[in-house]
This record gives sequence, C-alpha cells and structure tokens, in this order.
Amino acid sequence: MVTNDGFDRFSGSPDYVISEPLKNAVNVTIALERPLLIRGEPGTGKTLLAHSIANGLGKRLIIWNIKSTTKAQEGLYVYDTVQRLNDSRFGGSDVSDIKQYIKLGKLGQAFVSPEQVVLLIDEIDKADLEFPNDLLNELEEMSFYIPETNETITAIHRPIVVITSNAEKELPDAFLRRCIFHYIEFPHSELMEEIVRVHFPNIKDSLLHEALKAFYKLREIDDFRKKPSTSELIDWIRALIAGGIPHDKVSSEIPFVGTLLKKETDYDYFVARMGRKYYR
Amino acid sequence: MFTDFFYTLKRRKVPISIVEWMTLMEALSKGCISNLDEFYYLARAILVKSEAYYDHYDVAFQEYFKGIETPAEISEQIMEWLKDPINKMTLTEEERALFDSMDFDELLREFEKRLKEQTEQHDGGGHWIGRGGTSPFGHSGYHPAGIRMGGESGGRHAIQIAQERRFRNYRSDLILDVRQVKMALRGLRQLSRIGPEDELDLERTIGATCKNAGEIELVWSRSRKNAVKLLLLMDVGGSMVPFARLCSRLFSAAHSSSHFKDFQYFYFHNCIYDNLYQDIERQEAVSTDHLLRILEPDYKVVLVGDARMAMQELTERFGAIYYYERNEVPGLLRLKQIAEHFTHSVWINPVEPYYWNHPTVLVVEKFFPMFELTLDGLGQAVKKLVVKK
Repeated sequence: MVTNDGFDRFSGSPDYVISEPLKNAVNVTIALERPLLIRGEPGTGKTLLAHSIANGLGKRLIIWNIKSTTKAQEGLYVYDTVQRLNDSRFGGSDVSDIKQYIKLGKLGQAFVSPEQVVLLIDEIDKADLEFPNDLLNELEEMSFYIPETNETITAIHRPIVVITSNAEKELPDAFLRRCIFHYIEFPHSELMEEIVRVHFPNIKDSLLHEALKAFYKLREIDDFRKKPSTSELIDWIRALIAGGIPHDKVSSEIPFVGTLLKKETDYDYFVARMGRKYYR
Repeated sequence: MFTDFFYTLKRRKVPISIVEWMTLMEALSKGCISNLDEFYYLARAILVKSEAYYDHYDVAFQEYFKGIETPAEISEQIMEWLKDPINKMTLTEEERALFDSMDFDELLREFEKRLKEQTEQHDGGGHWIGRGGTSPFGHSGYHPAGIRMGGESGGRHAIQIAQERRFRNYRSDLILDVRQVKMALRGLRQLSRIGPEDELDLERTIGATCKNAGEIELVWSRSRKNAVKLLLLMDVGGSMVPFARLCSRLFSAAHSSSHFKDFQYFYFHNCIYDNLYQDIERQEAVSTDHLLRILEPDYKVVLVGDARMAMQELTERFGAIYYYERNEVPGLLRLKQIAEHFTHSVWINPVEPYYWNHPTVLVVEKFFPMFELTLDGLGQAVKKLVVKK
C-alpha cells in the first residue's frame, strides 16, 4: 500500500475484527474527511465500529444517539429559553448574558474539542425524514452559526464522523452524495469464528464449532421475523459457557434458544417446527 | 481517468453524480490505493450509496475491467511477512526450528506451485492454500510457518469478487421481504397535530408571558402524529394463488406497521361487487355500500390484484365469477364508485408490467393508477398516495 501524506491510519483494534473492505472504507473516510455511512443487518457491529476507531486511533468518542424525536438543531446547540425565562422572572443569573443559556449539542462539542474526536451519529434513520438534510451543511462545512449570540462555531479539527443506519428510511440523495458508504455483510463462518474468539479467547474448539453450526442452521430458516445475529450469538455462547453445556448437546438440543430468538413468534415457530425434530 | 467507467456505471443504472466522481478522483490523487482490489472497494465505498446497487456496480465493474491482468501481489505479501523479524519473534523455539527447515525461496516456490495446482477455494486440510487447516499458506491456520493471507479476500482479485455477484439478492427491483415492504410503506405518512396537548409551544409561551407582565404563562400544543388511514383491498384465490406469498408479505408489513392511524383490510375475488370479505375464505361478508358509507374519503386505498378476468366480470350485471353472487351492479361501476369515493387510491399488480396488455387490466388501469409489486413500484405507489390533490 502506498504511504500517503500523514493522516491517521486505522488498522482495527484488538477487540474488533474488521474486514479488509471496511478497513479501506474507514481509511478513505479519514483521508477525505467525509462522513462514513455504515449500513447492515442489526447486530453486525455498526456501532462498535466507531468505538473501535476511537480505540484504535486513541481518540475521544462522542456519541449522538438519534431518537425519533431528535431534531438536527439539538446536535448543534440548545438555547435554554425556559431557564432564561425563569431567571428573568425569579432572578438568578444575568439574563442579558445569552451565552450562558446556549448549550452545545454533540456535534457542537465535537467541533470545539481541542483535539480531533470520533463522532458517532447512531441510527440516523430513526429521526425524521428531513433530519439528514438539516445537517448537510454543518457536516460539509463543519461549522454553524448561532444567531442568538452572533457567533460562528467552526471545527478546530474536523471530527471523524461515523453514521450508522438500519435502512429503515431512505436517506436523501443529497446527503448520500457526501458520504462514504459501506454495507456490512453478515459475517461468514470463518470471520465469525475470529469474532467469537476475540470475545472468548479460551473457548474450546469443539464448543465453538458446534455452536456456529447450530447458529448458521438457524439463520438458514427464512421464516423468522428476526434472524439471530452476531450479538445474539455472543450472548448465547456466553450462556453456553456459563451453563457448562457439553459441546455434543449444543447443536442437537440448542439450549437457551431464547437468547438467540428474541421475538415471541420466532420462538413459538422454533418450538413448533424445529422442536419436533430436535426433541425426538 | 476512468471516465468511461463513470458512463459504464451510469448505463448500468447506478445512481452516481459528478460530486461522487470528484470525490473518487480526490481519493485517487491522495494515493489511497495501490491495486485493482483496493480500487474496487474504494470506488464502491465512494460511488455506491446503497447495497441495493452493489450488484449493478459489480456488473459494471466486470464489464469495464474485464481482461485486465492483476499482478500477483500475494508473493509480495509473503515476502514482507518473512522479512519482518517481528513475525519470527512470535514463534516458539520449536516452531522456529521447523520454520528454518524450509528456507524462504523454498517456501515461496512451494507456494507458487500450490497456487497453480489449486483451482478452487479450499478450507481446512493440510496441503492446499486456504483457510484453516495446517498448510503453511492461507489464514486462520495452524502451521507454525504459516502465512496469513491478508484476511478474507487475500487470494481473490477484484474482478473475481465482482464476478461472484454476491449482492444480487439486494437488488431492489428483484425481491421483497416484509421489512422492505414496511420500509416502503413508511413513506406513507402525513403528519398533523392531533392528540393531547403535550408539547411546549415556546413562541406562544413567550408571547403570553410578556402579555402577562412577566408572570410565566405556559402554552402547550399538540404534537405531530401520522394521520394516514389505510384501506387494503386484496384479490385472493384463482389467478392470484401464485402470488399469495408475495401478497401476504405486503399484508403482514402493512398489518405490523404501527404508524397508521387506522388500518382496514378486505378481500375480494377478481373484482369488487356488492360485498367485500373480512377473511380469505370469503365467508364474512361486509356490504360494499356500507363500507363506503362508514369509511371517510381520506382513507388511502391500496387495491392488490392481477386485474385479469373475463370482460363480462367487469361489465355485466350478474357477471361475477360465482353465479350466486348475482350482482345487480356491474363490477366496473363498483370500481368506479371506489375510485370516486376515496381521494387517493392505487392498484398494485403482482404481475410484471409486460403482461398488463390485457383487456381488463387496461380497463382497471383507467380507474386506478397501477404499479408493480416490487420495491420500486411500491415506492412510486406510496408517492402517489401522499401527493396533495
């Protein structure tokens, strides 16, 4: 790989197994200073990626969790008018000093941070449809204006922005055009083996193989509302180890199936269909 | 650079613009890549913004880069690995002895020989290059002198990856699952202020407080909620049987989407007559006139059906496919009634548009804008349902 002009290079962190394409996408993001948009099935480690980048590069991580009610403005700053109103009525601090009522949001904090930070905008698709568009300019220019105090907040260091999405909503084209995109595929069994070993370095091979076998067999069933994913697998293996389940019982009985199948309908389906086969 | 690739992508219907292309050029000028494999992922990350287009991209990539020889940078990888003394440090005493039993050139020759002999991907085992196993080549293996071949796609080249077309299933014009349909239906919403007054209206609070001579006066307003009411009418039985699975996905998506203010569904066979039915077996009948009376015109109506039937089922009195229905009003007039009563209605057809050149389909299309039952078609239908009239 050609060495280039001195930007930080991300090569994974010990607690996160990363595929080659994703690593490239991360490095391109850092080099081009554009937001990285990550999509993929739930439980494929979208959010963990930002933690891993922050860990791997030794930077502070700022997390902005998006909810359905989140407005873009909240990420920039909040003008606490109610507090000011209250102070003006009942006295307290100096109401003519508007600055003290301006509280920076997560994006604002990332901008004013004296060193470069990793900013995770988690599950952007949960917010209103217009939300990404409202952030377009701020993310591109990395600055915003506060009319109340006649101030412009400009990023001291452009943060590394990681945005995750479950693709519940289509994101606007104008927004997508400015992002680097990566779709995290569901890991195949070899990669999964590595991932599990990161979490359980001392796991017995026999247990691991049996567990993976059972896991991928479950995933092949199309009728589940929510297929079990990596995080469920990790929980399940933790339960298997804690329960001291012998490996030869793992794929024949699938104990603790409740940790893998989270939906009641899926669980019922499993018990009704597979149960007959497994408990015979 | 690669300008033709841009047009190849465009022709393959990957939605890209100059903005993305310039970004790619910027990345290339910064020297982010050194071989075709990396170019494949780099260009994909920058140019393609949805996994739905990964397959289009693969096809275009194959077309443009076909026949380009990729240099074997694998042996360089081995060399680098072997040259780095740190790698040797991690080996135990015994392993190092074993390692020295095979010298570097021997190892490299052996590797190239095996690479030539090997024609397919191989996992496990003790000889071939692949993953797992005890061969010195490949990754996640146990041979002490083993070389990790750069993760998952070490030995494969970009074109091979493109040829694999692993993302075929993500094409949005091909398949639909419940979740995808749900996503399409999400677009079906109109926000309006309903429900309890639980949001602080700041502007009016300040205004009222000022009027109140500084005594704080809080003003609340209603929050915005989705006001869309959905009426789903589905053709079942007969020619619709092959599409039952597809239609049931549409149904369960609509049914489990919690964001509608109201959701009603009824079944019919081929065409709508005096009655609609609450169950697929068409036992629980509800009079169509009654429904038109109780359902306000602002219900968004989605009719699902292939709209293929005999002409008289549409046009004739007593034309219904079941003689006992004895419909006084021809089906055509019933459809017209529905189209006129509701402000927004669409017809979703599970059959490909190629076959829509059928007399009754053409008639039905005159009353209802018709869309295909694909993600794209559904998206367009949803757009049609929310436009202001």
